[in-house]
Amino acid sequence: MPDSDAANLPEHPRLAPGVRLHFDRTRDAWVLLGPERVIETEGPASEILRRCDGSRTVAQIVDELAQLYNADRSQIDGDVKDMLAELVAKRMLLG
Amino acid sequence: MSAAAIAPPLGLLAELTHRCPLACPYCSNPLALEDRAQEMDTATWARVFHEAAAMGVLQVHLSGGEPASRRDLVQIVAAAHDAGLYTNLITSSVGLDAVRLAHLKEAGLDHVQLSLQDVDQVSADHIAGYPGGHARKLAFARTVGEQGLALTINAVVHRANIGRVAAFVEIAASLGAGRVEIAHAQYYGWALRNRQALMPTRAQVDLAMQEIEQIRPQYADRLVIDLVVPDYYARRPKACMGGWARRSLNVTPSGRVLPCHAAETIPGLEFWSVQQHALPAIWHESPAFQAFRGTAWMMEPCRTCALREIDFGGCRCQALALAGDAHATDPACELSPHHAKVLALAERDSAGAEVSYFYRGRNVSR
Repeated sequence: MPDSDAANLPEHPRLAPGVRLHFDRTRDAWVLLGPERVIETEGPASEILRRCDGSRTVAQIVDELAQLYNADRSQIDGDVKDMLAELVAKRMLLG
Repeated sequence: MSAAAIAPPLGLLAELTHRCPLACPYCSNPLALEDRAQEMDTATWARVFHEAAAMGVLQVHLSGGEPASRRDLVQIVAAAHDAGLYTNLITSSVGLDAVRLAHLKEAGLDHVQLSLQDVDQVSADHIAGYPGGHARKLAFARTVGEQGLALTINAVVHRANIGRVAAFVEIAASLGAGRVEIAHAQYYGWALRNRQALMPTRAQVDLAMQEIEQIRPQYADRLVIDLVVPDYYARRPKACMGGWARRSLNVTPSGRVLPCHAAETIPGLEFWSVQQHALPAIWHESPAFQAFRGTAWMMEPCRTCALREIDFGGCRCQALALAGDAHATDPACELSPHHAKVLALAERDSAGAEVSYFYRGRNVSR
């Protein structure tokens, strides 16, 4: 993902109105629910989304994920930003 | 298909009532509307929502008729929310004000979908058969925004308003909607009855589709634009309901469970009711759901088609209505032997003189 897209990310990402994260017991997975939308999330995605509460910056979310998975920040940075950019494009994430 | 192989549904459309102050000529309710005495009570709906959530349903669409015609709407939303469902209210706004909306929000309402019949007030009120309706809807849309609730504007598109699809998108953005649904009328039930009055010409459809694609980039940072495409002029059928008995179910006001809105138009199907059966049993075993599940029921050209699990043969109700057999390929598909006939019907109906509407629920003489 080029830097120009990352630059369009909201400063303090939060789920758009009408969008919420829900644990689906039947499918044993976190899902993002929105108007006429069901997006299944896998692995770290739900950890990222749980932190999109409007209080954290993108950098903070990256830091927390790096800590949680005991991974190098530079490895996680691109993945987090790609995912956030994708959800911004789908209008499921706002700043 | 064995029960183990049947994936659970994702969505449930709850037709809480068929009562509605509006009389839109393309209403998705059946021609034979259920009356108030047949409607299920709050406790039964609550049980249905809990069964639905337990079997894997994630979203409930509270619809009608007009769901706000029910006095217990707030309790119904609360029950759906308590069951853990994402709650979407599909409304005309009639019967709702700021106070009742605040109560719905408090009860856990996630999203509001408001229909507009047109962007022009005179035309909108004429289509809905409800004077003053349009102004009321605009005011309500602003109230939804003021209360911080997510809003979708839904516009059913047909001959009288198809020239204004771009204006629909603009008005949705100006009302603060996060999403707009430009839904070409689907010709079942009331819309089929009114097809001569509703069908646009192919040139109108092509222009409307172009207009949407042209303006889409302008709204990319503000609004999701979803399209329900018109299928009489299509080359391939839509994957109706995402496949029969595959993703969602409808519950009528009296509790009959249908694979889609119009399923009752197919003769010989046996529908079960939540008043007699638990929802998982209906989903897995009821004859109506089993009738067209999967691909084993298909005839040629669907049976051997590479797209059979993409479009599932299109719409069963449309196959019945236009090809005379619910097992046939949806004639919206150009591989159907009836495809040319469908195109001819559309061209004939769209070229006709102005026809007055057969309003939903009104002109029926008993």
